Amino acid sequence: MALLEIRNVSRRFGDLKALDDVSLSIEAGEFFTLVGPSGCGKTTLLRIIAGFDEPDGGELLLDGRPLAGIPPEKRPVHTVFQSYALFPHLTVAQNVAFPLEMAGTGHAEIRRRLDEALGLVDLADKARQFPHELSGGQKQRVALARSLINKPRLLLLDEPLAALDAKLREQIQGELIALQREVGITFVFVTHSQQEALALSHRIAVMNKGRLEQIGAPQEIYGYPRNRFVADFIGTVNLLPVEVREVAADHLRLFAVGLGEIVGASAVDARPGERGALALRPEQIRIVARGEAQALENHFHGVVRDHLYLGDVTVYKIALDNGVVLEALLANSLPGPASFLERGEPVDVAWRLAAGVFLHD
Amino acid sequence: MKGRATAWLWAAALAVYAFLYLPLAVVVLFSFNDSLLNAEWVGFTTRWYATLFADEQMLGAAANSLLIALTAATLATVLGTMAGMAMQRWRSGLLRCLPFLVLTPVAMPEILLGVSLLLFFRQVLDLTLGLVSILIAHITFSIGFVAIVVRTSLAMLDESIFEAARDLGAGPWQTFRRVTLPLILPAVLAGFLMSFTLSIDDFVITFFVAGVGVTTLPLQIYSMIKVAVTPEVNAVSTLLMALTLTLIALAARLAPDALKGRM
Repeated sequence: MALLEIRNVSRRFGDLKALDDVSLSIEAGEFFTLVGPSGCGKTTLLRIIAGFDEPDGGELLLDGRPLAGIPPEKRPVHTVFQSYALFPHLTVAQNVAFPLEMAGTGHAEIRRRLDEALGLVDLADKARQFPHELSGGQKQRVALARSLINKPRLLLLDEPLAALDAKLREQIQGELIALQREVGITFVFVTHSQQEALALSHRIAVMNKGRLEQIGAPQEIYGYPRNRFVADFIGTVNLLPVEVREVAADHLRLFAVGLGEIVGASAVDARPGERGALALRPEQIRIVARGEAQALENHFHGVVRDHLYLGDVTVYKIALDNGVVLEALLANSLPGPASFLERGEPVDVAWRLAAGVFLHD
Repeated sequence: MKGRATAWLWAAALAVYAFLYLPLAVVVLFSFNDSLLNAEWVGFTTRWYATLFADEQMLGAAANSLLIALTAATLATVLGTMAGMAMQRWRSGLLRCLPFLVLTPVAMPEILLGVSLLLFFRQVLDLTLGLVSILIAHITFSIGFVAIVVRTSLAMLDESIFEAARDLGAGPWQTFRRVTLPLILPAVLAGFLMSFTLSIDDFVITFFVAGVGVTTLPLQIYSMIKVAVTPEVNAVSTLLMALTLTLIALAARLAPDALKGRM
């Protein structure tokens, strides 16, 4: 049985459908991420799970029991808020012990669990300080310790890294993964950052305009996006307009106007004659000198249109013969010039036969 | 050129302060004057204060004033705090009008409020005028002040801490006791002190709703100066002034920074 079962949940605010018939289930011990652009409904869903909002339709089951009508303080679900929401008049220790005191835990037990929780987030020496004396990262860890101290069934995290600077964010991402593994509590993480979603999660749910677009492991979501929205929102993607010519068991034969035949990986219910797009990630595209593409690759002529030096890689924009411009990456394996290919240089682009994913229009 | 402008500014400022505080200073000064007449300085004495504390009527009025001020301030603080919290929580829909409704008595001319309360008590409620009617009137005009201070202090807090409290297992009452109240306590106390001051100083409204039996300190002073401004009046005014200034200073210290005009 799933830990949390969300069944056909809908929520409207006036004319706006914040959640439109959302169903998903979250397993115990998972690091589950809801990702999508702002206004996609992910925060609404989080607030409904926490009990701050009720759905207009559908139901939620936690350990098989319906959550409807149970106020937030009675749900074994805690939230880490984006603003941390630490109590400014209480010390770090008092903040972290708050849930235990509310639950009526005895003094000796509170002491023991407090030491444990502060040790877990490495803040034992800050116990007597007040929130305003802490850095952003420390506040974040206090909020985590406070939410974890009485072992909720589910921990909800509402964009908890959004207020941190890039370096710190990367460090805390690592800490979050380790923490989740250590405590074994199910995390439901909300973010608008596809990079965070890919880096942290066991499974990701991509949301858009109140609907679920796709659920899956990071590799599935990135490698096999189900539609244009997912392909475009998660990572960078090149979309090459194509028409389906032939559907075989293990591959598709596609045709691109002005280029010719392309072989692609199979797609769900692609039908001959259908129009759509072939989705290719920049790192799947090889740039090679004219005529050096291999036989087992799709390959076409192109001309270097532009390049962008990023340090580790250079992004090239290559214009194909039919006018479509593809983005491709070249690792800067040698130090030196910003680009090893100049604008206007004729090249070939190539990708492996299984690389592209066909997306319906 | 600049020096002259500064001198002018100083002179203007001094004139304004003199205008504000000289009359008060005169009252204080003559309360220590050893003469029945407020005409010339004769010598220092504290006998008017002795007279004051022997005056049964005066002491009765003072006791009434303190009783009314304490009770009115306490009740206005409870109600005003609730109103302030409601104003902060419901900022859309029908309840948006709440701040306006609570604040109306604050902005209304006192005489209007006095007359309308008198009519209401006599014609509508058929209430015998006295302590209770004064109490209700004072609570009415104090609630708004408390509500404003409390709301301002709530507006400066991150709203998610109240949700966090609920989320972490505190019921609505525990959330209020353990999180909301400790954080707004300075504002609540400031509201209490302001209400107390307003109540103990009020003349106009009290004049209308007091009836015949009950006298408060301002009413007592008024009835005495109808005869003459005696040194005893100066003495009681000085004490009232000292109390008011102390309370206002305390309230200003406690009130949220926004109200002190230095955000």
